[in-house]
Amino acid sequence: MLSLAARMAGIVCALALAMPALADDVQDAAKLLKAGQHKQALERVNKALAAKPRDPQARFLKGLILTEQGNSKEAIEIFTKLTQDYPELPEPYNNLAVIYASQGQYDKARASLEQSIRTHPSYATAYENLGDVYAKLASQAYDKALQIDSSNAAAKNKLSLTRELVGRPGSTVVAAAPKEAAKPEAAKPEPAKPEPAVEKPKPAPEKPAAPAADASAEILKAVNGWAQAWSKKDADGYLSYYAKEFKTPGGEARDAWEKTRRARITAPKSISVGVEAAKVTMNGSDRATVTFRQNYRSDVLKSNNRKTLVMVRAGERWQIVEEKSG
Amino acid sequence: MRAALLAVVLGLASLAAFAAPTPEDRLSRVFESIEANRLDEAMTRVDALIREYPNFRLAYLVRGDLLLARARPLQTFGNVEKTVPFEKIEGLRDEAHARLRALRERPAEDRLPRSVLQLHGEQKHVLMVDSRRSRLYVFANANGRPKLIADYYVTLGKNGIDKARQGDQKTPVGVYHVTANLPRKKLTDFYGSGAFPINYPNEWDRQQGRGGHGIWLHGVPREVYNRAPRASDGCIVLSNPDLEAVGQHVQVGLTPVIIADEIEWSDAADVEKERAALAAALEQWRTDWQSRDTERYLAHYSSRFAASGQNLAAWSAHKRKVNGAKQWIKVGLSRVAMFRYPRERDFVVVTFDQDYKSSGLSNVMRKRQYWVKEGAAWKIIYEGSG
Repeated sequence: MLSLAARMAGIVCALALAMPALADDVQDAAKLLKAGQHKQALERVNKALAAKPRDPQARFLKGLILTEQGNSKEAIEIFTKLTQDYPELPEPYNNLAVIYASQGQYDKARASLEQSIRTHPSYATAYENLGDVYAKLASQAYDKALQIDSSNAAAKNKLSLTRELVGRPGSTVVAAAPKEAAKPEAAKPEPAKPEPAVEKPKPAPEKPAAPAADASAEILKAVNGWAQAWSKKDADGYLSYYAKEFKTPGGEARDAWEKTRRARITAPKSISVGVEAAKVTMNGSDRATVTFRQNYRSDVLKSNNRKTLVMVRAGERWQIVEEKSG
Repeated sequence: MRAALLAVVLGLASLAAFAAPTPEDRLSRVFESIEANRLDEAMTRVDALIREYPNFRLAYLVRGDLLLARARPLQTFGNVEKTVPFEKIEGLRDEAHARLRALRERPAEDRLPRSVLQLHGEQKHVLMVDSRRSRLYVFANANGRPKLIADYYVTLGKNGIDKARQGDQKTPVGVYHVTANLPRKKLTDFYGSGAFPINYPNEWDRQQGRGGHGIWLHGVPREVYNRAPRASDGCIVLSNPDLEAVGQHVQVGLTPVIIADEIEWSDAADVEKERAALAAALEQWRTDWQSRDTERYLAHYSSRFAASGQNLAAWSAHKRKVNGAKQWIKVGLSRVAMFRYPRERDFVVVTFDQDYKSSGLSNVMRKRQYWVKEGAAWKIIYEGSG
């Protein structure tokens, strides 16, 4: 259970909450939870819920508190209800999965995580957790194949509970939905913008004369540029790093994917994306695979996971054609 | 992922569709999906297979690989990371090889097993075990010729074949027949849905000094679908549904069970040529016996002849005495079956009903002879009741 706390981050504040008092209670409860004062946290969040029983932030927080208290049954109920009321939010699915996994119910955990990813194809935590769940399920299958008792399987799970509900801070999905829907409208005139964004990686041609060995420097530069655009919440700049032929993670249409990414990049107040221990493998002179640890931190989520980008040379710059987590 | 799983896939031949797919057919469909890089479909198929056959272990191994491949690249087929006894995992890998190989390497329609020279009218089926393929083939008697109708994955002895001693955990090689039908209720769960003992050691085995007994075809305990390719103490083990299917074809005392290193496939003309030569030799032996020219009759026996404690000299002395005293002899042969003996060179088991009538004595018996080719001639090296 220790590792469940691994990726803890501050609760996102419901900026748009209509009722400041409620916001305060939720904020306080979050702080209390962080301080390990579960009982007080629960009291405070119950107070918030008494005022607004359907509030997703408060319900999500209550689920977290109950999970920390080891009250899996009620926590499951809360997260399950959240997935029903807000099927577009990936976090309740993720947390449901974490609880199921802790009970050794890996099939349920898998279903829940796959749902989470279906909701948000780029949800890093769910990918990472799903990788662990797959490995666990694989191990169980092997045990069955080899007739080994796998009863202690639940002991070793190291999945990450999502601490924050990143979905729109609006207190109801009705409020959230129009906002998300509004985004593409704003985005539509923007496709022109990727052009200016191109300027950023332009310094790369400084070393154009260098032989193929130096391509890795260009590539790393592109990766850093991509991370910086992301950190600046510069959705256009960020998206300009993706090649036309980019394979969207869920196989969805480019438009739909861009829309989701824009929403995810612009939602948090602040983002910082670090690229660590990057390794470039050239596959020919115009194609490369870059692996690194992506250290993502926002006011709503922290994650540190392995990432792989497959990049291709497009004229003088390098663009992403494939992106994989875990 | 694909590379590792495809390591067990030996070819790309597509498989015939079956009306009611066996777990093996379905496993092969899973591998087809993997070959086509449709991993989700492979997962769906393997999940359905496991739901229906929850004790089919090999399916879990494949499922494990499909799942693990989603988490990280596979190193091998059956990518088990725990430290497990080598033979356990190796047994499943071997089973995968055996099953897929058998499905992909089908004998051509016009090929016949060289061993089966002649079936007699009442032998409805013959069973042949190809130990290298871990496979049992069921042939129907189609007007005296074997016609392949089904084949099954089988488990043989832990130490392979060529049984010689009691406890050597090997499966015998030779020509046998089913001697009994032991139903499930008479057995412990270990033998699954039933058992069919065979007559190991046969006359030839005894002459060769081979020991041991209790070689059966049998099923498996409830908790498993089947066992690894080399896991029995010498018995031929089938999954319970397969044993039941084979059991439908078994006639106690009649059904031959031929166990070979590898089934030798031949064309019909060659088999017929060999059969005709043997049949001619047998007929000559019969008429020479009737002729009461004992020396011509004895010319059919090998110098290495031995039977029931008699060598050729003793046998000849006995025959000269008996035959010389007869005014007439009539010998009728019927229900003749002839099988080439695996492993041995030019060696044939001939079994028939012998209707012997003479001026002194008449009797009818089932007789078995072993014929061996010496130079250009076929000679009898053993003779006894069959």
